[in-house]
Amino acid sequence: MQTKHVLEMKNIEKDYYGNKVLKGINLSVKAGEIHALVGENGAGKSTLMNIIFGMPVIHSTGGFNGEVLFDEKPVAVKSPKDAMDLGIGMVHQEFMLLPGFTITENIKLNREITKQNALSRIFGPSLKTLDVNEMRKDAQKALDTIGMGVDDWVPIAGLPVGYMQFVEIAREIDKKNIKLLVFDEPTAVLTESEADKLLDSMKKLAAKGIGILFITHRLDEVLAVADSITVMRDGENVGSISPEEATVEKIAQMMVGRKIERLIVKEAEKNKSEEILLSIKDLKVNMPGEKVKGIDLDIKKGEILGIGGLAGQGKIGIANGIMGLHETTGEVYKNGVKLELNNPKRAIINKLAFVSEDRRGVGLLLDTSIEMNIVMTSMQIQDKFLNTVLSFKMKDDKGIRGWADKMVKELDIRCVGPTQYTRRLSGGNQQKVCIARALTLDPDILFVSEPTRGIDIGAKKLVLDLLIKLNKEMGMTIVMTSSELGELRSICDRIAIVYEGKLEGILSPLDSDVDFGLMMAGEYHAHARGAV
Amino acid sequence: MKKLWQNLIDKYGYPKVSITLMLIILCIIAIIQKQDMSGLLKDSMVRMGMNGILVLAMVPCIISGTGLNFGLSLGIICGILAGCISVELNLTGYKAFFTAVFISIPFSVVVGYLYGWLLNRVKGDEMTVGTYLGFSMVSLMSIGWLLMPFKSPEMIWAIGGKGLRTTIALSDRFAKILDNMVAVPLSGHLLPIGTLIFLGFCCTLMWLFLKSKTGVAMTAAGDNPRFAYASGINVNKQRMIGVILSTMLGGIGILVYAQSFGFLQLYQSPLMMPFGAIAAILIGGATAKKAKISHVISGLILFQALLTISLPVINKMMPEGNLSEVIRIIVSNGVILYALTKVGGND
Repeated sequence: MQTKHVLEMKNIEKDYYGNKVLKGINLSVKAGEIHALVGENGAGKSTLMNIIFGMPVIHSTGGFNGEVLFDEKPVAVKSPKDAMDLGIGMVHQEFMLLPGFTITENIKLNREITKQNALSRIFGPSLKTLDVNEMRKDAQKALDTIGMGVDDWVPIAGLPVGYMQFVEIAREIDKKNIKLLVFDEPTAVLTESEADKLLDSMKKLAAKGIGILFITHRLDEVLAVADSITVMRDGENVGSISPEEATVEKIAQMMVGRKIERLIVKEAEKNKSEEILLSIKDLKVNMPGEKVKGIDLDIKKGEILGIGGLAGQGKIGIANGIMGLHETTGEVYKNGVKLELNNPKRAIINKLAFVSEDRRGVGLLLDTSIEMNIVMTSMQIQDKFLNTVLSFKMKDDKGIRGWADKMVKELDIRCVGPTQYTRRLSGGNQQKVCIARALTLDPDILFVSEPTRGIDIGAKKLVLDLLIKLNKEMGMTIVMTSSELGELRSICDRIAIVYEGKLEGILSPLDSDVDFGLMMAGEYHAHARGAV
Repeated sequence: MKKLWQNLIDKYGYPKVSITLMLIILCIIAIIQKQDMSGLLKDSMVRMGMNGILVLAMVPCIISGTGLNFGLSLGIICGILAGCISVELNLTGYKAFFTAVFISIPFSVVVGYLYGWLLNRVKGDEMTVGTYLGFSMVSLMSIGWLLMPFKSPEMIWAIGGKGLRTTIALSDRFAKILDNMVAVPLSGHLLPIGTLIFLGFCCTLMWLFLKSKTGVAMTAAGDNPRFAYASGINVNKQRMIGVILSTMLGGIGILVYAQSFGFLQLYQSPLMMPFGAIAAILIGGATAKKAKISHVISGLILFQALLTISLPVINKMMPEGNLSEVIRIIVSNGVILYALTKVGGND
């Protein structure tokens, strides 16, 4: 007997404002199968999930092309509610639970079992009494199914993180008609033993005939449970392999492999020196979602150092920590002198400059002119662009305008004039304003986080070219953090890969895709050892 | 026509355009009713001068990111206290007024510091907390006015000989001192240009301050605190400076108000004063996050002219009893209500 497909997606295409993110994806999940979907950040996995769930973001941006079959019937999922009615469940990466409610209440939220009482007979069903006993029975059953030995009346607040994940799952399987369950990186926050338990319960669920779509970065988990594997990269499926023939190396290579376009032509060891400009020792940064758990790293003078890794592994935290934006411990030496941490002002005085990954939140004064954005930090910290009038420090309008004009011209910021508000600029031009502000500080080291996030492809190249120009012509040391490996490999001299808040290793941009893939998945050392 | 309307709204914002229209309609009715137009002009200018600095006091608060200063009553109380001390010292004329101003400043700085300290602990709820802090302090000071050891017979209750009166006449002290400094006659009325000059002077100082290094840092801290922090600006300190400046201007503002009005009003009178000032600056086009000196001036003109002109116009339309007083309250509170719905700007 042929197993039927729970979900089939045929030739799915989706673009956001002309930017193609899915280029003809085919995906099919059979009933009772665990189907793993792997890919880097930005490969298009979330967009695909949004399509499955009919998220509003898809429809508000013009819908998608292609066909979705559910239970072998074509369906049009217009909203998350449609998806739920069809029997599609989702276990979220961030927990969508109400902390003050008990497990039962969370599982049964908005699907409560009710019974009639006197009032509800008169005033209608919204006044029905909750049938707590039935609800608890159901909840306990769901909890037992996934093998979670916890009482159903315990409030969510105070449960260990791992348990919350299980409650989410219990909630989904308690829905009677559930046919397809999507796990979006469920193990990201779990400890190893919790993760094992989760994988076990996934197998149990699959055995009951529920189709499971398992999105993850952890390749060993994929190998452990998946019945079939689909690898996505840049909005295409690169291929499907069966777990028998798959190895961690193979998947890693498929995930990362791409044509690398080196923007820097390998020229004779340019201004590279071995002099260490900044030395980071045991850096720990408490940045929510991007925790750094002890990193040692040396930054050489005149290089472009890339910091890569998957989202949430802590790569973003490094620059934020050194610049004093989040609570940091550890030691940072610049030219052998120890820097004071947790103090943005000291960091700037010590000639470090930072272009934040959160352009609109941290990087810009949106309702302030371009020129004031460019000179603000320098004016406040270095007392530049000021005139002294009767011993009062007044801003030097003429000097500011002159410098802003120069920056606008040099960095090619497309704007109406230096007094335009930055809110009205495009992403790429906003990024240039941020870079201009950092350059105004005349830094020794420029930290750039996610410089191309949220800007279109043409502008991306301009920003990267700009960074290369700064490095080559001004000899500026640049530390670039990016989720896009291709970008790092196109301009960096060395690339440090961060995994789970620690340095996994440093690679040359010309190293093999396998090495990059393994390092990003945190498997590099395990496999290196295995080879020996 | 529709396009012109849209352009006007885009350029000046909805409140400004609609209030201007209302004002124009009122003016036309006033002319038809043959009201004393130069009298109305003089009254409007008096009110603008009286309230000007209180409105200006909103600017540093908004710019530093603490929102509209609903707790302006704190500064007003400091100003009143200084005014009482000046009377107690038996000063008259310019000396009395400027002494009061100078005495008010240290009070305002201390009170503003404490107020700012509180506001830095309730980020996001500054306006609600400010309102109720203002209310509580007005009530607390109602006891204070009774207990403070003032001796001057001009100020204390005639019967019992203790505690300050609710209204203290300044006619022998510094009433009209700024109004009459430069007074320009216009068909039988004296226009209070002196007060307006003083207001202009204060506005200029504020404008200069906003161009200084500290002023620029304050603007940045108010516009985007996270940006400011990343730029090494001490956001809490900038907010503190904004609140202290605002409180100081509140103190000076009430003294200017009192000299023009001719009386110091104690007890419950500072309670609702912040609302008028807030309404004026909002109508001028400011929001809880953005304010300019031009908003102060245009808001003052629109709000105060509207209040001044609407009263006699409505009075003539409905001459019954004290209905006009009721109407005045409805109009002023209505405008305040309307302005408050525009706190977040037009989006």
